[in-house]
Amino acid sequence: MLLSTRGLSKQFAGLHAVENVDFDLPEGQVHALIGPNGAGKTTFVGLLCGRIAPTSGSVWFDGRDISHLPAHKRINLGIAYTFQITSVFANLSVAENVELAARRGMRGRAVQRASQQALAQVGLADRQEQNAGYLSYGHQRLLEIAMGLAQQPRLLILDEPTQGLADREVEGFIELVRGLAGAMTILLIEHNMPVVMRAAEQITVLNSGRILAQGSPGDIRADRAVQSAYLGTG
Amino acid sequence: MSEGLKSALVHGGLLVVLFGLQFVLPAYHHGNLARIMVLASYAIGFNVLFGYTGLLSLGHALFFAAGMYGMGLSVEHLGAAPAPALLAGVVAGLLVSGVIGVLALRTSGVAFMIVTLMFAQAGYLTVLYAGAYTRGDEGFVVQQAQRVMMGVDLSDPSHRYFAGFTLFAICLIATLWLVRSPFGKVLIAIRENEDRATMLGYDVFARKLAAVMISGTISAMAGAVYGLLFGYVGASFASVQYSIFPLLWVLLGGAGTIVGPFIGTLFMFYLIDLSSQVTTAYMLIAGIVLVALTLFAPQGLAGMLRKRIWRGLP
Repeated sequence: MLLSTRGLSKQFAGLHAVENVDFDLPEGQVHALIGPNGAGKTTFVGLLCGRIAPTSGSVWFDGRDISHLPAHKRINLGIAYTFQITSVFANLSVAENVELAARRGMRGRAVQRASQQALAQVGLADRQEQNAGYLSYGHQRLLEIAMGLAQQPRLLILDEPTQGLADREVEGFIELVRGLAGAMTILLIEHNMPVVMRAAEQITVLNSGRILAQGSPGDIRADRAVQSAYLGTG
Repeated sequence: MSEGLKSALVHGGLLVVLFGLQFVLPAYHHGNLARIMVLASYAIGFNVLFGYTGLLSLGHALFFAAGMYGMGLSVEHLGAAPAPALLAGVVAGLLVSGVIGVLALRTSGVAFMIVTLMFAQAGYLTVLYAGAYTRGDEGFVVQQAQRVMMGVDLSDPSHRYFAGFTLFAICLIATLWLVRSPFGKVLIAIRENEDRATMLGYDVFARKLAAVMISGTISAMAGAVYGLLFGYVGASFASVQYSIFPLLWVLLGGAGTIVGPFIGTLFMFYLIDLSSQVTTAYMLIAGIVLVALTLFAPQGLAGMLRKRIWRGLP
């Protein structure tokens, strides 16, 4: 397993945002995490990458207990995290944004190569010199993804990457994720059901901080508990 | 023209002009400019932290004074020669900024401003309390005989100008190199979005501490040189006023630009100088001009250049 959690819990003033979650993510898988609003998805990934400290439980990455590592050290082990709320460096150029992401793992010319490759992958190669803040919202989302790719991580966590993308860009995103499958492990937090069903190999459904169901897209679609909790029965 | 060449022309051009001015300026302005270059070096140090890392310290007088007293006390009590005394000032600044950085960086935002202000006040009071060594408010004079560095008499105006110029050139070139280096770009990233920088894998605390120490050490170097060139070490340089000055200079000149600190210091110095020739209420004139600048050029003078003329101004 590349990533595992055991008994992972987080309470906010008595509210169980994440409760006793045992989660396993094998290397190379594209795994989607879905669930209704307030299900604890963002809290859960916050616990994974160290933005939030757990109340109890542990997180394991590549066979190592990383529960007590600060966020930046977890990132350096090969986890990349793209923000749900767009969080690019607005006053820096697009290229500089991606180069900052790439520079952790490499030096010199390799930084520019990795940066240009990542920008080409998301289709922003022609906007390198622009200030990131001047990009449209959808393009800023793509820039976030490029920053994740440029880190060449072993695990890429994408928090609602298609929110605010146009249909055509969503198509491009699904192609991108499919192309990456096998090369890196991807954990996708997503609201958009068609994206999840087409891009993910496995799906975990969170509800009220607990795992409600796990399985292939087909299984999840057929699951009655999921239907009533989330997908709607109508 | 490439960005690198343009930057070399602008900053190199400024240094060439400053170097040349010493041969043509009348004595009064010659003396002023020597002082301005040393104070601008202090502002450059402040700008590393404020303009490039996004941390507002209200206690930089502590670092300026650490350098000044590190130099002055080793001359006064240990009979040190200028060169080792300057080194003592720089080391004092490095140590003080390291300790203050570790403590103050546990906070952020307004709390960071208050904590740095508080430490600087504690430093000021320490200078007064240790009056037996520092002569408190009254201060002490570094005698002309104690200011001869490697055969060069630093109390001589032309030597003084050249020493101030050398310090300024070193600070300008070093920070220009710094902000274009990968390390400097991470500082800018922290200023722009600290959370994002952490989630790209950067140890933000370690880098902010390094920024405090670089900024504090440059400020201390300026303080040490100031004491040596102008021959006086006193508690007023540790007071809150000297924490506010670099903030004003940097804001006026343009935070987060390399030439901004110099422009701001020059502007402010002559604003007060000229208006005090016109009226005794010169602070009123200075105040009105400052308000006008804040209204019409909130990014400072160099910030305005960056916005209107050259977006790539480092």
